[in-house]
Amino acid sequence: MKPPDRRSFLKIAGSSLGIGVLYTAFPASLKAGESSSFFSALGRANGEKPEPFSFVQLSDAHVGFNGPPAPLGTKAFERAVEMINGLPRRPDLILFTGDLVHDTENRDLQIQRIKQFQEISKKINVPVIKYVPGEHDAGLDGGLLYREFFGQSYYSFDHRGVHFVALDNVSRPKPEVGTEQLAWLRKDLSRFPKTAPIVVFTHRPLFDLRPDWEWFTSDGDQVMNVLTEYDNVTVLYGHIHRDDEHQIGPVRHYAGRSLIFAFPDPTGVAGPRKSVPFDEEHPFKNLGIRTVSFNGQAQPNSTPLSIEDVELTAREFRGINGAQQLLRNTEL
Amino acid sequence: MSKARKVVPALIAFSCLTIVFARRTPPRPEETPIVEITAKRFAFSPDKIVLKKDQTVKLRLHSEDVTHGFFLRPLGLDEEIPAGQSVDVTVTPKTAGTFTTICDHFCGANHGNMNMTIVVE
Repeated sequence: MKPPDRRSFLKIAGSSLGIGVLYTAFPASLKAGESSSFFSALGRANGEKPEPFSFVQLSDAHVGFNGPPAPLGTKAFERAVEMINGLPRRPDLILFTGDLVHDTENRDLQIQRIKQFQEISKKINVPVIKYVPGEHDAGLDGGLLYREFFGQSYYSFDHRGVHFVALDNVSRPKPEVGTEQLAWLRKDLSRFPKTAPIVVFTHRPLFDLRPDWEWFTSDGDQVMNVLTEYDNVTVLYGHIHRDDEHQIGPVRHYAGRSLIFAFPDPTGVAGPRKSVPFDEEHPFKNLGIRTVSFNGQAQPNSTPLSIEDVELTAREFRGINGAQQLLRNTEL
Repeated sequence: MSKARKVVPALIAFSCLTIVFARRTPPRPEETPIVEITAKRFAFSPDKIVLKKDQTVKLRLHSEDVTHGFFLRPLGLDEEIPAGQSVDVTVTPKTAGTFTTICDHFCGANHGNMNMTIVVE
């Protein structure tokens, strides 16, 4: 088959739901007759043929945290579950990018918080939920309890032609991935062609977003050295309790919002990090619960939802707010 | 030659050498100022220090409880303060400004708010 040209690419649909971000990965429309051969070629190259699907990123629920600046406890998390279950198209996956619970040195209480988290998350009507730990899940005990309840803290899997990589940059005392995991990452990705669509999800940013707020990974540059060898990499992370987008080399980085409280835009803010004050009039403000349309058909007692698609061209968006690049143009 | 006639010139020569070497020994530098900082969940004490640009100081970091970090990239500081111990780190700030130093060794629930200010004048 003739290799697909630049018009042949994967595109992303997404909406910032406030509860996190809904991503949809699906093939761009091709001329009649091109589709099957294109996807066959991509399937041969990547090991699995890409097919349409969607997933949601959630982050930073901090179950167990109460008090300023977040007096609502788990209400935003529970609201997020309602909204996900109300989506007109059920996502295939949930990616939870860390800080599932808030830490305590009381092991029994920590287990209680984990179980409370699981009670809420099991109400999500999505078949697969994947996790990475945040420092509040794994920082005190090196991730022992986290692994007991959620399994390995770094791993990878494939889904409908996209390779997902979970990275752990919180289980070591310092904000780092460590040499062992780096070697694993290099080996894991070496199986794939450079064009493989890859989604990395982790807790802390892999670049120096704001080191004096501990918004960085100390060996993140080494991780990026591995990732930048691939053409289609998207990194999703949490930790910073706000949405954020950064393009670094060929890799696009996206932060998801928190489900407990928000931090401000660090741009131009001097000094230590301070959370956004709680707004009683708008309790979910900055956590992102937004009014969106539901296929134009609002339902009683549910937030209308609108999903718009973004088609990517080479490093160019045809944009909507909140929906961004997931998979860049690829040449096979 | 008597024993005394051998020893006396040797002593004179040794004394001269001692004087020469003493003169060549660089003058003893002024004592490096020491600034003591204590780390304890979830704060540093003091929470602000002022340093002089291009002036070398020794930071004596002490942890009163668990292991803490002391991280400030613009000043090249990335130290571990082991639980209950002290470490010294010498720093010569080259850039004036106000900097936030953080604990980057996860130490508990309020770890994210453990920081202090270093002002370089």
